[in-house]
Amino acid sequence: MNARVDQSEPEMVTIKVDGVELQAPKGSMLIQATDPAGIDIPRFCYHRKLSIAANCRMCLVEVERAPKPLPACATPVAEGMKVWTRSKGALAAQRGVMEFLLINHPLDCPICDQGGECELQDLSMGFGRSLSRFTERKRVVKDEDLGPLVATEMTRCIHCTRCVRFLDEIAGQYELGGMYRGEHMEISTFSGQGVRSELSGNIIDLCPVGALTSKPFRFRARAWEMLSHPGIAPHDAIGSNLYIHQMQGTVKRVVPRDNEQINESWIADRDRFSYEGIYSADRLQRPLLRRGETWEEVEWQDALQATVTGLQRTVEEYGAEQLGAWVSPSATLEEMYLLGRLLRGLGSHNIDHRLRQADFRDDTTAPRFPYLGLPLADVERLDAALVIGSYTRWDLPLFNHRLRKAARAGGKVMFLNPRAFDWNFPLADEYIVSVRDFAVELALIVAALAEYKAVARPKRLDAWLAQRAPNDVHRRIAERLAQGERSGVFVGALVEAHPAGAELRALAALLAELSGSDYGVLSQGANSAGAWQVGAIPQRQPGQTGKPGLNLRQMTEEPRRGLILFNVEPEFDCWDSAAARQAVAAAEFVLVFSPYATEAMRAYADVILPMATFTETAGTFVNAEGLWQSFSGLTKPPGEGRPAWRILRVLGNRLGLDGFDYNAPNEIHSEIRELIGPSTPPTVPHWQPAGLEPVKLDGLLRVGAIGIYALDPLVRRAAALQRTVQADDALAYLAPQTAVRLGIEEGAQVRVCQRSQAIQLRAHLDPDLPVDTVWITAGLSATAALGPMIGQLTVERL
Amino acid sequence: MKRESLSEKHLSAEQRSEIDHWLAKFPGEGRRSAVIPALHIAQEGNGGWLSRELMDAVAEYLELPPVAVYEVGTFYSMFDLEPTGRHKVNICTNISCLLRGAERIVEHVENKLGISVGETTADGRITLKGEEECLAACVAAPMMLVDEEYHIDLTPEKVDEILDKLE
Repeated sequence: MNARVDQSEPEMVTIKVDGVELQAPKGSMLIQATDPAGIDIPRFCYHRKLSIAANCRMCLVEVERAPKPLPACATPVAEGMKVWTRSKGALAAQRGVMEFLLINHPLDCPICDQGGECELQDLSMGFGRSLSRFTERKRVVKDEDLGPLVATEMTRCIHCTRCVRFLDEIAGQYELGGMYRGEHMEISTFSGQGVRSELSGNIIDLCPVGALTSKPFRFRARAWEMLSHPGIAPHDAIGSNLYIHQMQGTVKRVVPRDNEQINESWIADRDRFSYEGIYSADRLQRPLLRRGETWEEVEWQDALQATVTGLQRTVEEYGAEQLGAWVSPSATLEEMYLLGRLLRGLGSHNIDHRLRQADFRDDTTAPRFPYLGLPLADVERLDAALVIGSYTRWDLPLFNHRLRKAARAGGKVMFLNPRAFDWNFPLADEYIVSVRDFAVELALIVAALAEYKAVARPKRLDAWLAQRAPNDVHRRIAERLAQGERSGVFVGALVEAHPAGAELRALAALLAELSGSDYGVLSQGANSAGAWQVGAIPQRQPGQTGKPGLNLRQMTEEPRRGLILFNVEPEFDCWDSAAARQAVAAAEFVLVFSPYATEAMRAYADVILPMATFTETAGTFVNAEGLWQSFSGLTKPPGEGRPAWRILRVLGNRLGLDGFDYNAPNEIHSEIRELIGPSTPPTVPHWQPAGLEPVKLDGLLRVGAIGIYALDPLVRRAAALQRTVQADDALAYLAPQTAVRLGIEEGAQVRVCQRSQAIQLRAHLDPDLPVDTVWITAGLSATAALGPMIGQLTVERL
Repeated sequence: MKRESLSEKHLSAEQRSEIDHWLAKFPGEGRRSAVIPALHIAQEGNGGWLSRELMDAVAEYLELPPVAVYEVGTFYSMFDLEPTGRHKVNICTNISCLLRGAERIVEHVENKLGISVGETTADGRITLKGEEECLAACVAAPMMLVDEEYHIDLTPEKVDEILDKLE
């Protein structure tokens, strides 16, 4: 929208380093000039993304007319400065520092996980002495348990404080600090409660020695034994760039791949540690076929035959409209496209990936795909942002990181949420209202904006205003959005799960339009933007206007006779998991594509086809900013498992459908590209309130977003992530007033009931909840039995 | 219902207003500078030592992450993280005092009180604090700090006199 021109042209100075002339912005540090010039200065504490600590002293260099060596990371450049990085004096200083660093460092490289990729080991090859002159005792530091993700060996720590600075400056959660002093200094939490940031894994990469290493990866492989391949994170709409490290066909670990536009140098713990789910014990090795009440492992031939028969029989006996497909929003573009074609080839348009969406009334007017509204990298430059219905730390950790940067740069980041969350940056406003009032509150902000801009209220806004007038909060939010040179309005997961979601999206888009903000959608899974474009929705298909089919909610409420589940576990992955379970159970023929076979699947499925998962298949994800990122298959699925595009290709041919003769996934990719054309941001429709009647929510409401590590089948099986404090959130949160009214005290066991589904949970009082709201996180094994993520419920004390 | 406030639970109104006085001197981003005086105030009100909860209360009151307060509390030897005796005796053992016989003074005090450096007498009267570094009274070494008072040019006899007066 309003692109901001950077007018600050820094003054450049000329310096001479090792005889080479360099240009650098005045005031920048020496190391910031030498690094891009390829002049290698050794360092431990300096990191380009962190503040300058200058405490390791390894980067000492000689500067003309300076009486002592100076640290390159903390010495500003000046016109005419002459620097020597490899002179006799500089090397002597660097060697001296190295000797001191090694005094207390254990010589345990052979049993250290960092061995082979250790910055200290590497530099000591160049600067260390082969014999130590230190004969005194080395110090020993007791290890601390930082949680299930980060392993510690604190005796190896050289106190560079990169981890401390990362957690404070980037993760916004100052959890580690330098405790005690001098020889007694230790990097520690002191409190012993561990490191809990959702970005904590990055301290493993930052640690230049083996003090902080990956707990799940510990002792699994040596750095030089593994092969590294580029990959794309498969969980959220960020599309973080990864390196996948594998040894002999097994993924050993996942680390970030720098991409300034997307994930910078970081990845979320969810993307880093979810690979453990690939090797879950319930991984399916061979096709499974139901024979009456028992299951049989069969050859692909038989499984495919049974699949073809089952699909054809459903179509013949009940008609094609009795067939439906539920697709994971993290399936690849190619998988979604082929499944859509297969289903439509059979005559059905009932395909949907919007597993956690509640309201589909705006299906025909919706933009071409859910778009972030602006490139991800621009989020940090927003002057004002309003996020509606999201705990962005859990939903999209690296989007939250960009919001945090915007807030730290002075941007006003505001949230409209049904609950106060634990934020890692100060919010300009955290406006907490019941989900019941979301539409009214948005309408009030629109009304305040209209007043501020002295324009007429948009037509039919009164239908939502409920005769209320804007208050100071509404005016403040509206004014900030209007005043921001660049501002954004974002709708999150709780808008998607809201029974009045269509109204909220329309009102948010209206608010964006009137205030000159970008309108963005924080979409689900890794590939919602792709799903919309390749026809993993009922109402559209690439290259042509699709015939309207049934959306996911309709398929849940009017169960189909035949159902295809594509890497979906309805009991965890759906908006109304109780109803979804019943719909699946009611189907006569259920075909499951899944990397796993569960007891639940064995109860409802007829055929289970073992498919490839993360790292095992080639494909493409389209992230929230509409960026297409392709990746290759790196490892083989276990046993007889196959990449799903191959399975779909064979099925298409066996079903006698045209055009399923692909030899490689890039052929599918090119075909999609040709159909869709150039990837441009979609346009957001204007305010069209006709046909949208306000939905009213009654009674006590269950509200719950998906747990951070409950998002999809892969992450639910990642053992270490499941042991984190975030994964353990099976509580019924309610307001103290509500608790008093219902006779419930803190910690009491309560029976929570949605429709006929009841579960037992422990109550936790949360003074920041609206009185009509009970927050229960969705997707956890303890909460999966419940109904809609936003819907009526009853609570009683046990 | 209000959330339970740690600072209200652990710091008296008087202590909090004393901390406010210091906060006023370090406005805006400077509030971390108020950690040392705030910890002194908290320690004094708690019989001479800082529990973790008390440091949490200070952090909450100063609106800082607890770790930022732990770092300071663990760094300075004038903050004690475990219960101490009624009086704290710090004998300097840094270079000037060492040359002037500080070791002899330490040994004498250990024998007199029947405790080692770092321990507290059984009656809770005196804590002989661990290795103390230079307290900037080298002109009159050896020296010691008792609570907040400097004692210089120490001899075993002088030490006896000082320690015997402590309640």
